[in-house]
Amino acid sequence: MIQQFIDQAPIFFTLNNGLYWLRALMTTLSMALIGCVVGFIFGFVLVYFRTSPIPWLLPLRALLIAYVEIFRRIPFLVLTFLILFASRGFGFQLSLFWVACVTIVLIATAYIAEIIRAGIEAVHRNQWECADVMNFSRARTMLYVIVPQSWVFIVPPAFSYFIMFIKETSLTSQIGTMELMSAGKYFNSIGISPLMAYGTCLLLYFALSYPLTRLGRRIEVRLKNRFKGNMATLRASDQ
Amino acid sequence: MSYTLQWGVAFDYLPYFLGGALVTLHLTFLGFLAGLIIGITTAVAQVYGSPLMQRTANIYVVFFTNTPSLVTAFFIFFGLPEFGILLSPYLCILINLALNAGAFLADVFRSGIQSVKTTEMEAAEIMGFSLFQKVQYVIAPHIAKTLYPPISNLYIIFILGSALASIFGVEELTGRAFNVDSETFRSIEIYTIAATIYVLMTFAASFALALVGRYVFRVKARMF
Amino acid sequence: MTQLEINGLFAEYSPSLPILEDVSLKIETGEIISIIGPSGSGKSTILRVLVGLLHPSQGHVIVNGTEVNYKSPSALKSMRDTMAMVFQQFNLFQNMSVLRNVMIAPLKIKKEPEAEVEARAKEYLEIMGLGEKFDAYPDQLSGGQQQRVALARALALRPKILLLDEVTSALDPEMVNEVLDAIRVLSTKGITLIIVSHEMAFVREVSDRVIMMDDGKVVEIGTPDEIFTAAKTQRCRDFISNIIQH
Ligand SMILES: Nc1ncnc2c1ncn2[C@@H]1O[C@H](COP(=O)(O)OP(=O)(O)OP(=O)(O)O)[C@@H](O)[C@H]1O
Ligand SMILES: [Mg+2]
Repeated sequence: MIQQFIDQAPIFFTLNNGLYWLRALMTTLSMALIGCVVGFIFGFVLVYFRTSPIPWLLPLRALLIAYVEIFRRIPFLVLTFLILFASRGFGFQLSLFWVACVTIVLIATAYIAEIIRAGIEAVHRNQWECADVMNFSRARTMLYVIVPQSWVFIVPPAFSYFIMFIKETSLTSQIGTMELMSAGKYFNSIGISPLMAYGTCLLLYFALSYPLTRLGRRIEVRLKNRFKGNMATLRASDQ
Repeated sequence: MSYTLQWGVAFDYLPYFLGGALVTLHLTFLGFLAGLIIGITTAVAQVYGSPLMQRTANIYVVFFTNTPSLVTAFFIFFGLPEFGILLSPYLCILINLALNAGAFLADVFRSGIQSVKTTEMEAAEIMGFSLFQKVQYVIAPHIAKTLYPPISNLYIIFILGSALASIFGVEELTGRAFNVDSETFRSIEIYTIAATIYVLMTFAASFALALVGRYVFRVKARMF
Repeated sequence: MTQLEINGLFAEYSPSLPILEDVSLKIETGEIISIIGPSGSGKSTILRVLVGLLHPSQGHVIVNGTEVNYKSPSALKSMRDTMAMVFQQFNLFQNMSVLRNVMIAPLKIKKEPEAEVEARAKEYLEIMGLGEKFDAYPDQLSGGQQQRVALARALALRPKILLLDEVTSALDPEMVNEVLDAIRVLSTKGITLIIVSHEMAFVREVSDRVIMMDDGKVVEIGTPDEIFTAAKTQRCRDFISNIIQH
């Protein structure tokens, strides 16, 4: 095994291969980033309508609840295939990269919507009432009062989901997007030992995920410190 | 070009799919159970262990929580035979699931242990509880309240994650969907049915977990 | 002139469990009215109906001669334009500085010019004794300071009617007086004040009239002297003597 490693090292560690891995890494990262950013925006819109008090929006609200409940319960792999075949079957010529992005958006929207909803609910009810009495519209209350306060509850878990999606994208190698996992498979297929090919893969995923996890913790601590007093009032209200 | 949906063919395979769902369920149940044991052990090692044990436990957790389980599954699947260990795909996936679940659960248990340590234990200390009483009155209820919900959530996530077993030829729900797809080419219908079964299955699991939580651990879990 | 009139008001949080039953009141412009009564008697509920947080199931609310149509958002809006309310707790927007809290509604909702709003906000904060605290955040203030900011914020809306719901009951005793002092300042400004309070000495001192409530009904209305020394109903006498003893 060691001998094989030494033999293959000169073939494997070349500039071209390095660029190949870098491209794969960027693909992984951009899929997760696009998916989560769009999912975040959609999640907000979804929650905004889901919590709307307007009576005739009731059917829409039911639909949105169903969406959230369903899309948090479909495996990423299964949904990837479904989107791939559905887009082909119904004549949308999506590239594999975009098939993966759409899949992530669909699932991330559902997950992040739940996070956002919980974050918004964690803000004290009186903040709504104060704004109401001062004639704030619902949109303005959200914008000026509620969202800035729920940030501390939303950002840390949403960031964890982003990291989770970076790892989930490895499954899109099954439909052939050229991301990290596919790169590992490619090098394995041209004769590089699996230990070296998938080991590199593993290291690169780790190199993405671990610093981001640490960053996420730092962000969490920062936000909590900023909102320390606010958290105290929230705790008092729980009693 | 437009695809015409034909549900009949796919529905013929419903019993086969449901059999697959059953495989998914016992695979994840066993894997998660093993994960619970690994998780508790790791968390205890992280908090109470010698420096070496703490280090090892930390490395294990950091490694598995920061790498995709698909990649670790590849290592187990292709790596173990290198050492002359030949296991069935089912067992390989089971091990991978247990190791991954163990790492995530260790995180949950560790924060649980640490929160007990700092708050209620002081009170129990002052009231002069024996060790057994501490476990009974302080630790167990605390764990039930704060740990049960995230653990149930993780179980659902691992049911969904177990779909990757299909890549290694395990004939669980997704694996069987692959099989039927390659026979019938009714891809959209087949994956829709598989997705629906996953939705129903995880709903059932959530419901069962909520019931257990309510009657065993007295946790008032919110279903939605 | 009658500024606010409530006729045969019924209100409830859940159907068929009336919290307010047949409440009728008339309040003159510039009057200072206090509402007293045991916990759960519906004092807050009246205020919540007046600012449209709760819609009445029966009865009329007439503000400045126009009946409020609770079904119409624009009618609610214009009613709220004439009123401001300070709650018991969690009044201030936690994500904004003191000055921003006072400025936000006039600036963003009423669209008044920024310079003017800022000058006014600073003036009211000075009146409330918070000249040093413009840039502080709510979590850096004591409870009493927070309530005084809330009063300044309510004033900055230039309401015709100001509703105060037990603004001192969540405070430590030593902070109660600073807030009551602030309300005393208000009481000389000619704004109609509706005060819900358990501070009986204060109520007696500042009010023009006192309303005693029990179990969702108005038990008695009278001048402070009438209510505190010569109440006509037994219920009111019991309540007063109970409170005074404590
Ligand atoms: N949001 C609500 N939902 C349901 N019932 C409520 C709600 N708020 C108040 N109530 C009920 O309405 C009744 C009157 O409440 P209200 O808050 O008006 O009393 P109060 O006179 O202000 O009492 P306190 O002095 O304790 O503030 C109480 O029985 C209370 O339980
Ligand atoms: Mg009240």
